[in-house]
Amino acid sequence: MPAGAGFGEPDAEDLRQADFPPVMPMGVATLALIVAGGVVVAAQYGRPPKLTIPVVLLGLAAVLLIVNAILVIRITEFARPVFHRVLGWALLAYFVIAGILEFVFVFDHTPARELALFTGMLLLFALDVPLMLSYSVARWQPPDAT
Amino acid sequence: MTDVAIDPGLESGPGSAGPEPRATPPPGDGGQGPPPVPNFNIVPVRGLPIVAVLLIGLVVAIASNNLWSLEFFHVAGGGLWTSLDLFLGLILGPIMGSLAIPARVEFTTKFMPKMLLIMPTLVAMTLGAGFQLARHLGNLEAAYPHHAWVVASYVIVGVMAVIALGLLEPANLAVLFELKKPHPNGARIQRLMKVFIYTAGITGLLQILTLFIMTFLASH
Repeated sequence: MPAGAGFGEPDAEDLRQADFPPVMPMGVATLALIVAGGVVVAAQYGRPPKLTIPVVLLGLAAVLLIVNAILVIRITEFARPVFHRVLGWALLAYFVIAGILEFVFVFDHTPARELALFTGMLLLFALDVPLMLSYSVARWQPPDAT
Repeated sequence: MTDVAIDPGLESGPGSAGPEPRATPPPGDGGQGPPPVPNFNIVPVRGLPIVAVLLIGLVVAIASNNLWSLEFFHVAGGGLWTSLDLFLGLILGPIMGSLAIPARVEFTTKFMPKMLLIMPTLVAMTLGAGFQLARHLGNLEAAYPHHAWVVASYVIVGVMAVIALGLLEPANLAVLFELKKPHPNGARIQRLMKVFIYTAGITGLLQILTLFIMTFLASH
């Protein structure tokens, strides 16, 4: 019987899941750090902000994202063409979204330090979500899928 | 938050987007084979101009700081987002669970691609216009008397964003790509659909909390 032919039976992709690194939990953790940093900055709107905590959160998110990207690159049996195709379109979509948000911050004359921080967060956001989306598709595809 | 993962290779031809089943093997022994999967587009291309119009409208509303248009995008987007999440999690989810598998597959191929465009667009409308509206009305200021309520809404929206982007959207996209396979794995689709429906329900319930906060802020 070909892989996946039996409706509801585990197939080759199910069996390969145990070999994959924890890309999704790390991606979600990265996103949570970015969002937490954004909430801390936004909560101080209208008064001189204390940026230490958001900067630390942003730094941790950046490290997690880099490690996650390396983990994905190091996967050997992986549907890389599918991954790259979804990644490309998702990057385009999320950079448009991040661009709209960046426009709002620039338009509102956000002070330079907060703007730099928000820009960093938006950049990580626009990289992290496409990584999760493309991985979540490619992980269930046969390695030779195009 | 518009997820556009257009795959020209997966687009159907002009005459092939109808309900005709793709060439899949008939159900196997005991009816346990994969059900036929109708042809479908992962991203409904015809919906993209509508998304573009809405996003351009959002940018214009923000750039013009027009109170009515900001209110419109925030209230209309938020109302639809909340209703859809609750409808999905509490009404449609249980109905889908009780459908026969071929019916569930057919429904999924027609429903999930639309959700891929609708939900991120509604989220972008609600949050983008909402932030600008709150700034316009002075609700974002730390000196605002009900600032704690505003911060609580940030936290709830943050949790919803993490759930939606980290669980719901990946599950949505993975289901669509699974259904595009010659032999989709039914159990996997079922698992991913459960993630989609449950997370939509959870974000719907969190939306009710947001509604409490927003109606409180609007009336004080």
